[in-house]
Amino acid sequence: MSLLIKNARLVDGSGELGRGDVLVEEGRIASLEGGDAERVLDAGGRWLAPALTDPHVHLRTPGQEVKEDLASGLAAAARGGYGTIVAMPNTEPVIEEPEQVRALREEAAGLAGARLLVAAALTRGQEGRRLTAAALLRRAGAVLLTDDGRTNEDAGVLARGLVYAAAAGLAVAVHAEDAGLRGSGVMNDGPLAAELGLAGNPPEAEAARIARDLEVLRYAARKSAALGHSPRLYVQHVSTARGARLIAAARAEGLPVTGEATPHHLTLTEEAWRGFDPRFKVAPPLRSAGDVEALIGSLERGDLSAVGSDHAPHTAAEKERDLESAPFGIPSLEVAFPLLYTELVEKRGLPLRVLLERMTGGPRAALGLEPARLAVGEPADLMIFDPGERRTVDPARFVSKARYSPWAGRELAGWPLLTLVGGREVWRDPALA
Amino acid sequence: MGALAHLLDFAGWERAQVESLLETARMMEEVLERPMKKVPALKGFTLATVFFEPSTRTKISFELAARRMSADVVGFSAAGSSLAKGESFKDTLLTLQAMALDAYVIRSPVAGMAHQAARWLKGAVVNAGDGRRAHPTQALLDAYTLLDDLKTLEGKKVAIVGDVANSRVARSNAELLPLLGAEVWAAGPAGLLPERLPGARLTTDLDEALADADAVMVLRLQRERMDEGALPSLREYVAGYQVTAARLARARPGAPLLHPGPMNRDVELEGVLADGPASRVERQVRAGEAVRMAVLYHLLVGRAA
Repeated sequence: MSLLIKNARLVDGSGELGRGDVLVEEGRIASLEGGDAERVLDAGGRWLAPALTDPHVHLRTPGQEVKEDLASGLAAAARGGYGTIVAMPNTEPVIEEPEQVRALREEAAGLAGARLLVAAALTRGQEGRRLTAAALLRRAGAVLLTDDGRTNEDAGVLARGLVYAAAAGLAVAVHAEDAGLRGSGVMNDGPLAAELGLAGNPPEAEAARIARDLEVLRYAARKSAALGHSPRLYVQHVSTARGARLIAAARAEGLPVTGEATPHHLTLTEEAWRGFDPRFKVAPPLRSAGDVEALIGSLERGDLSAVGSDHAPHTAAEKERDLESAPFGIPSLEVAFPLLYTELVEKRGLPLRVLLERMTGGPRAALGLEPARLAVGEPADLMIFDPGERRTVDPARFVSKARYSPWAGRELAGWPLLTLVGGREVWRDPALA
Repeated sequence: MGALAHLLDFAGWERAQVESLLETARMMEEVLERPMKKVPALKGFTLATVFFEPSTRTKISFELAARRMSADVVGFSAAGSSLAKGESFKDTLLTLQAMALDAYVIRSPVAGMAHQAARWLKGAVVNAGDGRRAHPTQALLDAYTLLDDLKTLEGKKVAIVGDVANSRVARSNAELLPLLGAEVWAAGPAGLLPERLPGARLTTDLDEALADADAVMVLRLQRERMDEGALPSLREYVAGYQVTAARLARARPGAPLLHPGPMNRDVELEGVLADGPASRVERQVRAGEAVRMAVLYHLLVGRAA
C-alpha cells in the first residue's frame, strides 16, 4: 500500500532538507515531492528523519524472556524511533551457532517492530578462549561478534578474533574494562564511593583496557593487511574522558576503531548514587560531570561516532535488590532519542543533524551497513518526531518489560510519533492523527 | 528541624539535635540505674529488629532498649528465614510491615539498604549498620562515652585507628563527632584508608594521629582483608598499627580508649589494654543501651506527637 506523508520537515545525518511530502511505495521512498497514494498522513510540520539504528541492545532472548523478549523489545525499539537494532549474544544459551542466528531472525520477521540484526559471540560461551565460526555466523546473518557482558581478558584471543572476523567481514565489539582493576566495584571509584562506603570501579579500568585493545587492534591490522583485510574494532559504552581521548588519538592515526556513547553516560553522573538507588547501577558506571562533558564533546566532534543504548532490561524486583546484588543495566530504548534531543540538541545546541548521524550513519558504518538517507530509492525506514510537545517519562507506560527508568519524571521533548520499517507502520502515537 | 523520621546517618543533622538526643540518653541511663529498670514510655509500640547480617550485641542492645521502655519487640534474622528461601529483601520488609509495626531496626551487609528500606516502609527506620556505610547508634554511644570523660568535645582530638576504609563505625564517627566540635583523625595502613572520609583527617602515620590525642578509638581488623590483598600480613599490621601501651603514651594522660567490639585481642589492640584503666569498652556497652533507648524514644514518641 502506498503512503504519502505530507507537510514534513525533512532532516537526516547530512542536514536539513527543507519541507517535503514523502511518498512511500513498495517499502521505499518513491518521492520527496508528493504524488498520489492510497493513504495520506499529515505530519503537521513535524520533523521526518530516517529511523534510528541501535547497535547495542540486550533483548535477553533466548533464556531470560522474563526480562525482555523479542516482541516487547522490538516494539519498544519502534516506539523509540528505531528501525533497526542489534541484539547482543549474552543470552542463555549464548548466541554462538549459525542456527541460533537464523532462528532469531525468523522469529523477529513475524513481529511488528524494529528490524532485528543479531550479534554473535566472539568466543564459545563468551568464555574468552575458543573462537566461534565467524564465516558461518556471517552467512547466517550475524552482523557483529562480541563477548559483551564479559571482558576479553586474553589479548591474544582478541587479536586472533579480530583477524579472523576481518576475513569474514565482521566487526568485533568489546566491553573494555580491566577485570582486575574493576574488581567488585559497583559505582565509579573515587571520593564519592569512599564516602558512601561502596566498592569503586575506577575510570582507569576502562582507559587501561581501551589502551590495550588499541594495541591489539594495531597488531591485528598489521596481520590482516598482508591478507588484504582490515579488522574493525567497536568499543562499546565509552564512559570516561580518558577512554574517549585514546579512541580519538587512534582514529587520528588511522586505526579502524569506532567508539560508542550511551544515553546514560551522556546524561547522568555518579552523584545519582547519593540516593542509594540500584536503577542507576550500570557497567561501566556513571562517571563524573567532567567525564559527561568530555563525552558530549567527543560525540559532537565524532571521536565517538555512534550512540548505542546498551538497553539492558532486568525485572523490577531485580533492580530493587541491594546495591551489591542488583544486576547492572539501564533500559533506555523508549527514551533514548527524546532524552538526547532534549539534553543535547535543545539544551546544549548540538546540531540535530549531528545527533541523527550518531544514531543512524555512525552505528551503521561501524556495522558495515548502508547509510540511512532521506533520498528517493532508499528503504522507507522513517520516523517522525515532535520537538514542540513535552512529555514526562512514565515508565509504567513502557512496552519494554523493564518498567522503571533512571529518567522517570523527567520532562522531555522530541518524542517519536511514527516509525516506519520498510514502509510498514510499526509505531504510531495517538497524537499523530 | 522537625521530629526525626528515621535514623539512617547524620546527613543534615545539627548540633542541637545531637545534644538533645544525648541529653535524653542521660535520663535513660538513670532508668538503667534503678532496681526496676522499666518505664512505660513506649507501651503499645511494636518494634522489629531486622538483621540481614549476623550480630549479637547490637541486636540485644536494641531489644533491651525497647523492652526497658515497655515496647513489644519481634526479631527477624536472615539465617533460616524466608530470605534463605529466595524471598527478596523488599518483600521481607513489606511482609513485616503488614504486621502493623512502628519501627524497624535494620542491620544489613550492603551500604544503602537502610535508605532503601526507609523508602518502602511507613514506620521509622533505624540503621543498625549498613555495610561499610554507617552505624549511627554506635557513633552516638561513642560520643556519649567520650563526653563522660571529656565533658565537652569542643577542640578535642579523637584518633580512630585501624581498618578505616571498611568501617561504618569510622564513617559515622567522622560524621558525628565534628558536629560536637571534635577534630577527628583516622590512621591506618594505606590499603585500609579510604580516598576520602568527610569529617576526618587521614594519615598513615599512627604516631601523628596519636600525638596529644584526647581519646583513641580502635577498630576491629578482619582477617578477610589479607585475602583481599588490602594488607600483606597480620604481622605487618601489628608491627605498624597495633595500639600498644607504648604507643598510647603519645596521647594525653588518661585519654579514654574505645573499641566498638568485637575485639581481636593482641591484633588491633595490645590485650592488656582492654582490661586496663583507659579502656571504656564496658562503658560503651552500657552507653549503647541508653543511647538506643533515647533514639527509639525520639523516633516513636516524636513521630506520634
